Amino acid sequence: MAMFSSLRNWVDERFGWNELIAPLRKKTVPRHKLSYWYFLGGITLFLFIIQVLTGILLLLYYRPGATEAFESVQYIMTQVQFGWLVRSIHSWSANLMIFTAFAHMFSVLFLKAYRKPRELTWLTGMVLLFLVLGFGFSGYLLPWNTLAFFATKVGTEITGQVPLVGKPLMVFLRGGEDVTGATLTRFFGFHVAVLPGLATLLIGVHLLLVQRFGISVPPRLQAEWMAKPANQREMKFFPNFLLRELMAWYVALGVLGALAAIIPWDLGVKADPFVSAPAGIKPEWYFLFMFQTLKLIPSKVAGIDGEVLGILGFGVIALLWLLIPFFERDHASRTRQWITGIAVFALAYITGMTIYGHFAP
Amino acid sequence: MDILRLKIRAAILLPVLLSLYLPAAQAQKPAPAQTQVKNSCLDCHSILPDELGVTEEKFSHDIHAQKGLTCVSCHGGDANNDDAEKSMSRAAGFKGKIDRKQIPQLCANCHSDPAYMRQYNPSLRTDQLSQYKTSVHGKRLAAGDTKVAVCVDCHSVHDLRPPSDPQSKVHPSNVATTCSRCHADASYMSSYKIPTNQFAGYSKSVHHNALAVRGDLSAPTCTTCHGNHAASPPGVANVANVCSTCHVFQAQLFGSSPHQEAFNAAGLPGCVTCHSNHEIVHPNDEFIGTGDKSICTQCHTDGDAGFVAASSIKQQLDQLAAAISSADQILGRAERSGMEVSQPQLELSQAKDALTKARVTIHSFKPALLEADIKVGMATASKDYEAGKKAMEERNYRRVGLGFSLIAILMVLAGLRMYIRRIEEKDNDENPSVVHP
Repeated sequence: MAMFSSLRNWVDERFGWNELIAPLRKKTVPRHKLSYWYFLGGITLFLFIIQVLTGILLLLYYRPGATEAFESVQYIMTQVQFGWLVRSIHSWSANLMIFTAFAHMFSVLFLKAYRKPRELTWLTGMVLLFLVLGFGFSGYLLPWNTLAFFATKVGTEITGQVPLVGKPLMVFLRGGEDVTGATLTRFFGFHVAVLPGLATLLIGVHLLLVQRFGISVPPRLQAEWMAKPANQREMKFFPNFLLRELMAWYVALGVLGALAAIIPWDLGVKADPFVSAPAGIKPEWYFLFMFQTLKLIPSKVAGIDGEVLGILGFGVIALLWLLIPFFERDHASRTRQWITGIAVFALAYITGMTIYGHFAP
Repeated sequence: MDILRLKIRAAILLPVLLSLYLPAAQAQKPAPAQTQVKNSCLDCHSILPDELGVTEEKFSHDIHAQKGLTCVSCHGGDANNDDAEKSMSRAAGFKGKIDRKQIPQLCANCHSDPAYMRQYNPSLRTDQLSQYKTSVHGKRLAAGDTKVAVCVDCHSVHDLRPPSDPQSKVHPSNVATTCSRCHADASYMSSYKIPTNQFAGYSKSVHHNALAVRGDLSAPTCTTCHGNHAASPPGVANVANVCSTCHVFQAQLFGSSPHQEAFNAAGLPGCVTCHSNHEIVHPNDEFIGTGDKSICTQCHTDGDAGFVAASSIKQQLDQLAAAISSADQILGRAERSGMEVSQPQLELSQAKDALTKARVTIHSFKPALLEADIKVGMATASKDYEAGKKAMEERNYRRVGLGFSLIAILMVLAGLRMYIRRIEEKDNDENPSVVHP
């Protein structure tokens, strides 16, 4: 302890450490029965950190390229010491991160944490969610197995349906007309350079905004606390909230370890572009609700191609979702009720369609 | 003068007579181009009952119709004439229903003429009639037996499709059914005193399974072994030759085996003695050895050299099969536990290949030869079993590691919880305004 104190003093003398963390010591976090939802953002951040660390370790052995990618992942899983653990944790934490990012987004919606002055926090969070989906889409192809190959083929084909920019965008993503080794190299670039760069920048802005505006209190509770200030409960951000967050991270780590050890992530069979696609090919679970919706739309709706209509529909919904905080101007409480209703519907729709898509032939 | 007049008349009439004769001669072999303006035959025959009825729709599927030939091409007559009396008159060359005995020759008029057939299909064989004459069917027909198969019985008539057409009666997938129409009919075949169970047997065979179930059109059907136009049962001495057209290695090994000479001496056909002729079921290891289902014990008795060899061969096969099964099971368990064992699983296919090769080597009936294949298979299977065992040990190691990690995580969580409680109790004591319920 003495050594720790002298080290802190050493840093404090040079960088003013105590002064730097003084605001954190004063910072408080509201405490109520829904406080647990506040941990979701932190868990998502923790999983992102895990992604970065395991990703760097995988990079030591992974070789992008149609002839080497599968074999290199196979080598990592069978020959490299704890390679199986690193790869399984990377894959499982990626999926858990997407899940917690969605859960965080819905918790923010239901707790109305997006409202003024936190519009930019919501915007950066939504862009981060899209980036997380981008991580999932680009990373899924990297082991170059059959399922990933054909899922990418289907996924990029759907992109190609977007009017005007679809075809060039598809060619850009694929690095040509078809999914080939060029697509793999390109996706690898997006996955390890472009997306992490953007994500790190946005996470920084997102965290800065969270620190700047503090943690939101649900409107109803806020009104109650304003009426009866004695009922207000809060805890210190440092160390009380951070220690609790640390507990949540440990729980996440335990879940992650258990999943990686009991259900190691499958490698599958090496992709062969010359064989036909396996029957009932489906994308990863987080794209399943969109995929299933597109499958259910008739081929022609009022003379317009059904798939194009579906893609445009999802595009418009995503844009409106992004702008949710800006709809709250007049009649805020009524707008919030509407938003809650839509959020409940969206959650039910995504869950229902994902389950339906999973079991559909 | 009379002679001169006769010469003049002859000079005038001969070209006329020749011009009358030539079209009649050409009618023996239909013209390739569609010289016929109409086909009035179908006007009536499309509405006649079965025996004489041929609908336009049915005839349109016939390869001859598709190539521009008409009823007249085979039956003669004049299809341009709407008057039935004239169109089907002898003067118009009408032949009527073709006598069964004449059918092979009628078909051969075109199909045995390479120059004529070249214009339709240059690669088509033109020796069908000469082959047919050597067949049991052809010989019996020549002897006056009209019950035997002629061209139209197998190829159909009026809707004769090319063999490549899946609906053709001689398409590989339909050949056995076509032959069975006569050969499985006990009453029809009674006068020939030959078995009628060939189709029933073939239907249970590995060949039928390959052809009908797996859709492998290269799998053998009746004509593969018996020939098509020259169809006849292969003699005892030739059976092995027939089978060896596909089963090359088995035939070579059998040829050098002690059985070759013994079978010849006993007048036993090579392959079918053990594998049957039509009911050739998928062979299994029980065929060999000295067990209840063994074929070897039909000839060999306890104590003779063949009996000992059969027992040794069976033992070796069982040993390799068991080793492969053990490796397969443990690798399967490891795979279901999420372990990456695709490489040893792939390698195990080499052991399976060695077992397959050993099963082929059996046809040498030499245990020493078999041993080489078994050794290769055993080495691979053992290696893969070890890989599976190692994968299972690794799985258990991971789970133990997980257990320890979870205990450590739980301890940290408990420690953190206790620490948080302690600092919050301390905070409450020092600063009651920040409430920690």
